[in-house]
Amino acid sequence: MPESSMIGSRIRERRVMNGIRQSDLARRVGISPSYLNLIEHNRRRIGGKTLLDIADALEVEPALLSEGAEATLITGLREAAGAQAAQGVETDRTEEFAGRFPGWARLLVDLHGRAGALQRTVETLTDRLAHDPHLADSLHEVISTVTAIRSTSSILVETEALEPEWQNRFHRNIDEDSRRLAEGAEALVRYLEGAANTEVEIKSPQDELLAFLSANDFHFPALEVGAGPQVAKKIVEQAGALVSDAARRLALDALEQYRADAERLPLKPLLEEMRRDPAPERLAQLFGGDLPAVFRRIASLPESEVGLVGLVTCDASGALIHRRPFPRFAMPRDAGACALWPLFQVLGQPQVPVRVRLRQAGRGQETVLALAVAEQLAPATFERPALMRAHMLILPDGSDRSEGEVRDVGVSCRICPLRDCPARREPSIVADGF
Amino acid sequence: MGKRVLLIEDEPNIIEAVSFILSRDGWDVKTHSNGHDAIDAVRARAPDLVILDVMLPGKSGFDILQEIRADGELATMPVLMLTARGQVKDRELAEQSGVSRYMTKPFSNADVLEVVRSMVAT
Repeated sequence: MPESSMIGSRIRERRVMNGIRQSDLARRVGISPSYLNLIEHNRRRIGGKTLLDIADALEVEPALLSEGAEATLITGLREAAGAQAAQGVETDRTEEFAGRFPGWARLLVDLHGRAGALQRTVETLTDRLAHDPHLADSLHEVISTVTAIRSTSSILVETEALEPEWQNRFHRNIDEDSRRLAEGAEALVRYLEGAANTEVEIKSPQDELLAFLSANDFHFPALEVGAGPQVAKKIVEQAGALVSDAARRLALDALEQYRADAERLPLKPLLEEMRRDPAPERLAQLFGGDLPAVFRRIASLPESEVGLVGLVTCDASGALIHRRPFPRFAMPRDAGACALWPLFQVLGQPQVPVRVRLRQAGRGQETVLALAVAEQLAPATFERPALMRAHMLILPDGSDRSEGEVRDVGVSCRICPLRDCPARREPSIVADGF
Repeated sequence: MGKRVLLIEDEPNIIEAVSFILSRDGWDVKTHSNGHDAIDAVRARAPDLVILDVMLPGKSGFDILQEIRADGELATMPVLMLTARGQVKDRELAEQSGVSRYMTKPFSNADVLEVVRSMVAT
């Protein structure tokens, strides 16, 4: 849905935020309350003088209503404010800030992202120093050699009347050890230099995977035509976005899954059936696949064919392991996601899919349709629990907005304005909700 | 008669240097250079003192120390640990395993002599 069609939602959000009743606003701008209601539910187009009047009455720039500040930008700003736990940030005016100073806002979000990436780099490097077996071995070798040299040389210096045989022997040992020390030091330097170059910008492997998949729009035509495993390997080898070995392994796994899914649900018949009726359960039945495969398949189709699609996958620990972003449904990058998402609900009831309309707090009145299902990757044994994975497909909500139940959820607690939420695990920095 | 010390260390030139300074100080020095059967060497030699490296081929010095302490007859054997790792965690692990003294590499010969003498006071 284009941004301009969301004007009504933004008007409503702003009005509620300002504490003005619908009828009062209607009277002030000289239109009927029922007409304003239609506008607020995006059922009537609005522009020109009415928009200017409403903006005036709500004391906002008309552009803020007509263009809206980019939703991702606002989420980014909230994340930044949340991560810094900053005092005195006017979080209640985030949208206004993003609307009036989009350039500054983007810069802030970029810097926040960069700070996060650098922090991960530091953590990775610290981790490497603490746990790198090669580094530990090299250092041990150097210290052992230094110990031998120190002990031997002080014998030579301190022992009076040292017999020539011993003298020769210790001289030889020092010579031997100093050569070993030189080699060890050189190897160490070479290793440290090499290590710095191999993974220039250390992002998490998941970040690299997401960048790689996004750059391909989550769609790989080469894997759609009964391709062999070599094709997936080749794509991974040629991908510039995949820097670390770990990311390449993740990408290879993802593409292998893609290939298997594409085999079970071939592109052409799938698209034909989706045009007829895109209900995932019908597609699953028709192609003899399961719901997770259908979800993954839908989320691997080009936007030009299926419109907006989002997908998020987690394991039993709740860690988000795969995602295709959805423009109007934010997914946290590093914080834990909202516990109210149906994604986590289905982990407790595998084989029972859940369909629910979601409204993400702080994002106006927009709703999305979420379909969630869990699958078992490996059965439980007496040694370990079953390996579970849950998927949540996110689609535009096509149903009548005024009908049916809607679940209010958040992104993650730090930036969530929902009040009295029983699922809250830490205080929010967003002032007092809307 | 010299006191008997068993040096368990795998670095040949360190073995040679430490053996030399201890021998010159009047100790009867025996050496052993792998972890697998170090405990057997301790039992067979029945020394007055054991000097034990942490990083040994086959078995770590911490494991060998635990084996020594688990043996009823060796429970009070003075053990000096020599290691390249001087981190707090390793020191704690050594103390929990019942080490008598702990020295980090590189050490000076004088320190080794002083500590070893103090551990087997007559």
